[in-house]
Amino acid sequence: MIESFLTYEFLQNAALAGIMIGFVAPLLGVFIVVRRLSLIADALSHITLTGIAASLLLEKRINAINEWNPVYMGMAFSVAGAVLIEKLRKVYKHYEELAIPIILSGGIGLGVILISLADGFNTDLFSYLFGSVTAVSRSNMLTVFIITILVAAIVLLFYKELFVLSFDEEHASVSGVNGKLIHLMFIVMVALVIASAMQIVGILLVSALMTLPVAAALRIAKSFKQTIGLSIFFGELSVIIGLITSYQLSVPPGGTIVVTAILILIMAITYRKVSTQFSLKGEAL
Amino acid sequence: MAENNILELNNVSFKYEKETVVKDVSMTIQEGQFFGLVGPNGSGKSTLIKLMLGLLKPTKGSIRLFGVPVRHFKHWEDIGFVSQKANSFNSGFPATVLEVVKTGLVSKTGLFRFYNKKDREKAMKALKTVEMEAYSDYNIGELSGGQQQRVFIARALVSEPEFLILDEPTVGVDAKHVADFYKLLRRLNREEGITLLMVSHDIGTITEHASHVVCMNKTIHFHGASHEYNAFSNDDLSQLYGHPVQQLTHNHGEAEYND
Ligand SMILES: Nc1ncnc2c1ncn2[C@@H]1O[C@H](COP(=O)(O)OP(=O)(O)O)[C@@H](O)[C@H]1O
Ligand SMILES: [Mg+2]
Repeated sequence: MIESFLTYEFLQNAALAGIMIGFVAPLLGVFIVVRRLSLIADALSHITLTGIAASLLLEKRINAINEWNPVYMGMAFSVAGAVLIEKLRKVYKHYEELAIPIILSGGIGLGVILISLADGFNTDLFSYLFGSVTAVSRSNMLTVFIITILVAAIVLLFYKELFVLSFDEEHASVSGVNGKLIHLMFIVMVALVIASAMQIVGILLVSALMTLPVAAALRIAKSFKQTIGLSIFFGELSVIIGLITSYQLSVPPGGTIVVTAILILIMAITYRKVSTQFSLKGEAL
Repeated sequence: MAENNILELNNVSFKYEKETVVKDVSMTIQEGQFFGLVGPNGSGKSTLIKLMLGLLKPTKGSIRLFGVPVRHFKHWEDIGFVSQKANSFNSGFPATVLEVVKTGLVSKTGLFRFYNKKDREKAMKALKTVEMEAYSDYNIGELSGGQQQRVFIARALVSEPEFLILDEPTVGVDAKHVADFYKLLRRLNREEGITLLMVSHDIGTITEHASHVVCMNKTIHFHGASHEYNAFSNDDLSQLYGHPVQQLTHNHGEAEYND
């Protein structure tokens, strides 16, 4: 295992990108979950697929862009989708959540047309849907690195604004926080992280990496800071164990990462159950 | 315009959709006053508060905070606000009481700056004021409604505001704590010189404690000192509320809502 890690560049890329994603996806995931925006992650991952399909089609029709990596087009679509969701939320003031199925189904609909026009994805399709340990190039890995640094810096610098906005939008507003701007910045970060994480865990499972570690952390943590810390810890654990087993068993990493995250979630729920029973008994004595 | 005007409304009107909810409201609050804003349910009190805070934009008229038009107002740390909906937050939210109170310092701390040890001390002091310091590490969702309400008052107080706005803060708080609560407000007003505006539909108690009263139902029906308000007869009140109102004054904080 260690030997092949040192020998194969693709494994190094996947491992490093995975570790960065294991950090940044749950970090944003905490804010997504507490603001009840989990479905936005799904909508954005599907529109990422549309971008990838568009890129593959262009590649086929115009040979000049052969060097293009479909991930970048996926990223562009994801960011555009994020901005569009915000616009739609304003159109449907009383049905804000409608924006999500509109973008999600629109993304898949357009995506499947583009895929067919490109004569199907052949082998690539599977790795885009469920992730791959071989698909991450060195330049992709560096892009993930830049996005990770950027997102970590922004979350740190705007931590108190993001927190107050998540807890109480009205209070944020009477504290002079520019909620609209911060929210837009946040949703663009989510779009970039989804397009990054998609390479490792796949489009269908990327939202799981943003929400499952947070779901586990919520069972245990007392404070918001603890929730963030535990979510990142569980995220990293899922990615690292998931990547290793994926390589050993030759199955897509999306599957192994998500199954690991689910096992952690079950343990967190059990831990909470046992510890509350224990403390109840303690009180009874 | 007088120097010490904290709040000025000039002919303010507002509608959400078609129906006018606030109509031609003019009022002034001066430094050191304790204003009670009373009126029946749905009379536009919360809407008027949101207009004052710039959360809604008036369809007509002008609003000034500390002499500055509300849309240009920047010193939000000078204003503390407890919303009527304060404890309708997501009760599974993973935050401690201390983390919530510290959010009251957002405007004071400024962009790209972090909360420090002093902020923590300020938050603990604010919690002490509302007698909740023992709960600083509790999860906010674990507390009772009345306790949560006190935490939100601490959040409003932590930036040491000059003007405190409270929208029906005593709803859901039991009678004993209501009496304590008014004691706290009086202390903040008299000793710390904080200007207060409190919305209530408990006319009896608020007129007993506030120095001034505004009575509204879409438009203003009375605006003046509390003692003058007592001359405003029960007949007028019944007309305002649309049904007979029994005015219960001076019964020292027993729960009574003329709903
Ligand atoms: N967001 C809103 N959209 C539409 N109408 C509203 C909204 N909020 C309040 N209203 C209406 O405005 C009127 C005044 O409401 P409100 O200001 O909450 O009254 P109060 O606080 O005095 O009980 C009510 O008729 C209410 O139904
Ligand atoms: Mg109200």
